[in-house]
Amino acid sequence: MQSKSPDQARKFSARTLLCSALSLVLLASAQPGFADVPPTAKVNTTGLAVADTEVTVGQLHSATGTMAISETGSIQAEQLAIDQINAMGGVLGRKVKVIKEDGASDWPTFAEKSKKLLVNDHVAAVFGCWTSASRKAVLPIFEKENGMLYYPTFYEGLEQSKNVVYTGQEATQQILWSLDWAKNEKKAKSFFLIGSDYIWPRTSMKIARKHIENFQKGKVVGEEYYPLGNTNFNSLINKIKIAKPDVIFAAVVGGSNVAFYKQLKAAGITADKQMLLTLSVTEDEALGIGGENLAGFYSSMKYFESLTNDNNKKFVAAFKAKYGPKSVIGDVTQAAYLGPWIWKAAVEKAGSFDVDKVAAATPGIEVKIAPEGYVKVHQNHHLWSKARIGMAQADGQFKVVAESPELIEPNPFPKGYQ
Amino acid sequence: MSPSELFNIVIMQGFAGFSLFSVLLLMGLGLAIIFGQMGVINMAHGEFMTIGAYTIYLASHLSETFAPGLMPYYFPPAILLAFIAAFAVGWLAEWLLIRHLYKRPLDTLLATWGLSLGMQQVFRSTFGPKEVSPTLPDWLLGSWSPMAGLDIPINGLFVMALTLVVCAVVFLAMFRSRWGLRVRATVANRAMANATGIDTRRTDRITYAIGCGIAGMAGAAFTTIGSTGPTSGSLYIVDAFLVVTFGGAASLLGTIASAFSISQVQSIAEFFLTGSMAKVLTLSLILLILMMRPQGLFASKVRR
Repeated sequence: MQSKSPDQARKFSARTLLCSALSLVLLASAQPGFADVPPTAKVNTTGLAVADTEVTVGQLHSATGTMAISETGSIQAEQLAIDQINAMGGVLGRKVKVIKEDGASDWPTFAEKSKKLLVNDHVAAVFGCWTSASRKAVLPIFEKENGMLYYPTFYEGLEQSKNVVYTGQEATQQILWSLDWAKNEKKAKSFFLIGSDYIWPRTSMKIARKHIENFQKGKVVGEEYYPLGNTNFNSLINKIKIAKPDVIFAAVVGGSNVAFYKQLKAAGITADKQMLLTLSVTEDEALGIGGENLAGFYSSMKYFESLTNDNNKKFVAAFKAKYGPKSVIGDVTQAAYLGPWIWKAAVEKAGSFDVDKVAAATPGIEVKIAPEGYVKVHQNHHLWSKARIGMAQADGQFKVVAESPELIEPNPFPKGYQ
Repeated sequence: MSPSELFNIVIMQGFAGFSLFSVLLLMGLGLAIIFGQMGVINMAHGEFMTIGAYTIYLASHLSETFAPGLMPYYFPPAILLAFIAAFAVGWLAEWLLIRHLYKRPLDTLLATWGLSLGMQQVFRSTFGPKEVSPTLPDWLLGSWSPMAGLDIPINGLFVMALTLVVCAVVFLAMFRSRWGLRVRATVANRAMANATGIDTRRTDRITYAIGCGIAGMAGAAFTTIGSTGPTSGSLYIVDAFLVVTFGGAASLLGTIASAFSISQVQSIAEFFLTGSMAKVLTLSLILLILMMRPQGLFASKVRR
């Protein structure tokens, strides 16, 4: 359903190729040399914080509070991308200056800080948010004040805004292909769905259930949600043992995640006896869970640190050079890295920092240096990207065991799955 | 399902209940001592548990780096270290902060809450915002299966054994030692205890520190179950208070009874209902019982 016919794909990429080639020519003619920077009055007609040598952007993540665990990687990746962009001469000849704000894992604080960034600082773009709750809190402000938000996390979909670019996977991209893989490659027929009790796992599991029951003609033998922060899964594990599913399909997050995998292992449910496919374990989480508790389980993401393409080798090397050899890079960290690059490309395509022009120029933007491999932006401001399945290794890394042949079209409002 | 499978599930489900019981009890014990015996509402209880957990993490890290041969043995001494670390910090906190507030019990709530926020930031600055897990010795991992299809988690057994030991020691200390006598005297009547020559200030300090130390051990034991992050403590604090309040604040026996009943209801409900519904059911039951019996399961015998 989600992979397009090759014919259509060719047409689309041919068009975007033409577009980008054209814009390259245009850019080249508008900007023959570094010294010839377009005048500020021309590239900024709406009073953004753009000067002759500098453009200011905002970064809005939780550096403190519960979510700091997850958001640190995104903060680092965005900073790395901005540093690299500056080293290349900046955007439209202007160095990128970052104002960092701390959302402190508190959704009203996110709203307040985004208002500050847009109204007081007039930033040209904001890279930030992680949880859906924080995104929902800032969305009305970005729409009212007309800002640009680059949001890195894979999320539940059901949202689309001219003022947001979603650089992670939406739910169908992450779920459908991986379920098909489980069915076709692993002959899985029965699934046990487990999630933490909030919007993302519930929406994801709803989509998964529809896909399994209506499209795969498989069986869902259990569906359970546990409160965030729950650390006791023994009763659940007994229920899994009774249901004997072919696949445990899990979207447990945060501290619960670690407890869940440790207790699975302690209850004798290991990869040699039971297949498990998760939507919520990246290299970041694996660090906390411990590779020995995960080894052999599968994770569905679009990016793994172990990808061997040249873009990723460069990205991993640069990231580790900046943040230490022990740092790990998860899916969201990589998606966060894409944000500044997509913004740069859109600004250059539009020849302006004006939000409306940038938003209009965003669809069709291609990122050829993306560590996950080539991606492009869809009309709906989500990314076309590949789906991948990684198998957890004892050292906390993932071995990519499957990859979708084509880029998967983002579909935040999937028909038949609501 | 065959009868033997059913039997296995019943056994494992029973074990799940007891395992949750020991977790709750271990969580609540240190708090029961501080809250119950001294009337101090220790909001930083969870952070003292986190101290213990980070001590284990450090010990595992050091042992891995400097003495890989000792990896199988580091865990038990590290638990003692966790007690000592949390005890020391508790001692310091009492001396700097709590002792000035004994006459204003509600202010201890605010002060210890501030303390907990401060400690969280210290953890974050020291260990980083990401969650960590110690490398556990192999004998703590996996399951013990006396027969096919029956898997008893070893970490669960370990936590149970530790809870048993800690409980026994606390009870011995409380009812058979000089310290216990002084604590009970101070709780019963502070002025009178003072008059008979008991240094109640010193008693308070040691009691608070011991409560914190036990929290540290609990945190250490929980590294076998979950992970440790700067804010892990806040995950435990609600459950800990629930156990202590439900049991009746001043009664250690009440703490045990309450941990037992909460864990059994929770784990049985989880089995027959869903996880979230089980939590709802447990909390509503507790609420209902507390409405009828505000003093908790076991009424306190403290003279006010």
